[in-house]
Amino acid sequence: MEWDALLLARLQFAFTIGFHIIFPAFTIGLASYLAVLEGLWLRTNRPVFRNLYLFWVKIFALSFGMGVVSGVVMSYQFGTNWSVFATQTGSVIGPLLGYEVLTAFFLEASFLGIMLFGWKHVGPGLHFLSTCMVAIGTLISAFWILAANSWMQTPQGFAFAADGTMIATDFVKVIFNPSLPSRFAHMVLAAYLTTAMAVAGAAAFALLRKRALPESRMSLRMAVLMMAIVAPLQIVAGHESGVVAHHHQPAKVAALEGWWTSGPQPLILFGWPDETAGKNHLEVAIPGGGSWVNVGDPAAPLKGLDAFPEADRPPVFITFWAFRIMVAIGLAMVALGVWGAVLWAMKRLDGATLYHRALVLAAPSGFIAVLAGWITAEVGRQPYVVYGVLRTADAVSPVAAGAVATSLLMFIVVYAIVFSAGALYILRLVAKGPETDEAPPRTDEPPGTPLGAGVQEA
Amino acid sequence: MVFGIELSLIWAVLIAVAVFLYVALDGFDLGVGILFPFARDKNERDQMQAAIAPVWDGNETWLVLGGGGLFAAFPKAYATVMPALYGPITLMLLALIFRGVAFEFRHHGRARGARFWTAAFAGGSIVAAGAQGLVLGGFVQGLAVRDGVFVGGPLDWLTPFSLLVAGAVMAGYALLGACWLVFKTQGDLFERARGWVKQLAVVVALSMGAVSLATLNVDPRVTARWGLTMTSVDWPAFLRLAPLPLLAGALCFLLWRGADTRRHLQPYLYAVALFAIGFLGLAISLWPYIVPFAMTPAQAAAADNALALMLWGAAPMLPIILAYTAWVYWVFRAKVGADATYH
Repeated sequence: MEWDALLLARLQFAFTIGFHIIFPAFTIGLASYLAVLEGLWLRTNRPVFRNLYLFWVKIFALSFGMGVVSGVVMSYQFGTNWSVFATQTGSVIGPLLGYEVLTAFFLEASFLGIMLFGWKHVGPGLHFLSTCMVAIGTLISAFWILAANSWMQTPQGFAFAADGTMIATDFVKVIFNPSLPSRFAHMVLAAYLTTAMAVAGAAAFALLRKRALPESRMSLRMAVLMMAIVAPLQIVAGHESGVVAHHHQPAKVAALEGWWTSGPQPLILFGWPDETAGKNHLEVAIPGGGSWVNVGDPAAPLKGLDAFPEADRPPVFITFWAFRIMVAIGLAMVALGVWGAVLWAMKRLDGATLYHRALVLAAPSGFIAVLAGWITAEVGRQPYVVYGVLRTADAVSPVAAGAVATSLLMFIVVYAIVFSAGALYILRLVAKGPETDEAPPRTDEPPGTPLGAGVQEA
Repeated sequence: MVFGIELSLIWAVLIAVAVFLYVALDGFDLGVGILFPFARDKNERDQMQAAIAPVWDGNETWLVLGGGGLFAAFPKAYATVMPALYGPITLMLLALIFRGVAFEFRHHGRARGARFWTAAFAGGSIVAAGAQGLVLGGFVQGLAVRDGVFVGGPLDWLTPFSLLVAGAVMAGYALLGACWLVFKTQGDLFERARGWVKQLAVVVALSMGAVSLATLNVDPRVTARWGLTMTSVDWPAFLRLAPLPLLAGALCFLLWRGADTRRHLQPYLYAVALFAIGFLGLAISLWPYIVPFAMTPAQAAAADNALALMLWGAAPMLPIILAYTAWVYWVFRAKVGADATYH
């Protein structure tokens, strides 16, 4: 493989978008969670909701800031590194991104100011409205960016103009392209799950250390409820997304399933795809399972990678494994949701140390699943940037490899500094836990010891 | 066509307005960052940051609208300008990352971390302003374009002219920042911000003059437009445009003479007017090009149905955006207290 401007530009895009998506995936869910917390607080007046809001809003501020700055990068990178793509598709997906800025970015950014700094300046109703506006903004933003990305996966409603660039013939078809509904649902649910796992992890951590008990019990229940409902839904949405891909991007499905030859397809549980040999080593598979999952008939013949010329196949190994990591984490989330629901029904949720430990371990699982899912989607649609229409290799800017190498190196250094600091600050906040109005636990420590003094002050 | 006006022209004006709003708004919060090293102590720095913290994110969104809008409305211009200015744009993005996160990180870092993010906030603001000047300079001096594709080298943008513009933009943003501090602070910091305005008014007057003269030399078409060459003056052409530099000079004088002690928003408005004049002068120099001396808006525009769709969105959305932006500014209209703390 040659280290040319194309490869460097692809690495830079993968690196910057990979870092970026972590934050929206978290803040989409967290903004909605904050809106729910503030709504409950206004309604019930219970301090536990206020304390949770004030705790998570700090983490939200940190995450949102990192999402904004890494997002500004994206809006310029189409031009700096993918100028041919920009020229070719500008008339089709440009308006979608324009609408994202007009309907979402300003809404989020402006009301964020009120949300973070407006406590003393506006009443509780207006403050709640601002939180809701930020939450709605994140969802609108997700809609437009998913519309643009889904059009690149399943393009329709366009034609070529006289100068060779693409123009839309029907914007409704462009926006509501075949993969939008399932992919939008899949992404929003992923964001909610990511947040639920992080909230559950933080709550479990606090419970294990006997801190902020009322707050942590409440947030644990909210997260378990979310997990138990959303994780199974996510499996459905993911399956729908796969069915759409089966119809529109069969080469992607063949790669992520690890199917080399056409015919009735197995469901491969484990394997080591070998692209030169054109087969999987150490394969463990359920015969007919793949055909059954995709079309409901174990004997149905489906296309394998051999149905596509080598130049049109995506990288198999990355797609295959990214998909498996995502699915495994998804199933683990379903299990954690069920486990939590059972404990809750048995009224043993608060003391279940083993479950709490599992949740702490699973706290970052949403982020990993989101990354793995996007890698599956984006590597799986190679070698195209607009599926079947524009090849990635033909979309790159006429920029010297040296310039791209320099910028890539700088992005890596800057992101490493900024995001490790951000992660550190977030983890510090989580370790500290929410403020609580509850008196510290009763203790037999005599007065005079630090613990005893704390009790007396309270 | 809408009301007999080309859609591409409408969008060229809208994007120019977005870029101007970006400069006028993010200009002051970048400027406050540039002035950060001149603060006396942590408390002053906290006050300075508190004066911009609730609004900087919204301000920076105009930059996203500028970039995203250029992509959407003029994909061919976007695809030419971005590769040509690859270096300074990347530099600007990296600098904006540092200063953007520093708003929050300054308050989470402990001793060493807090010092680092304070420096990152100032450094990021300075570098972002300078990089934007390099982008502007590299853009105004013209790009090597053939058949709609950038064909120049990776360092074409680095010239004495672009460095001069970078200095001028830094000075201009610092002036906006100082004026904003006059509006938003009180006491000691307020008095010193008034002093900064006076000093920066002189610097900006000199650098605007230098950039204006240098711009006359970038292309004979610009020289002809203003009716000026090294040896002769085309009086009718020059006199028509002469009010602009005169007005700019008058505004610098007013800023230098001293901010009105009762109306604290006035210096900022003067500074914005100064930027508007510079912006207008630039537009007059470069007209009718969207990529200087290579592409007009009509040549660079997206398909008409794309421009029309976006106009349908922008027509209701921009007034709504401006309305709630104005409301947010109204909510935070009070001066920052001397005991300014963050959240």
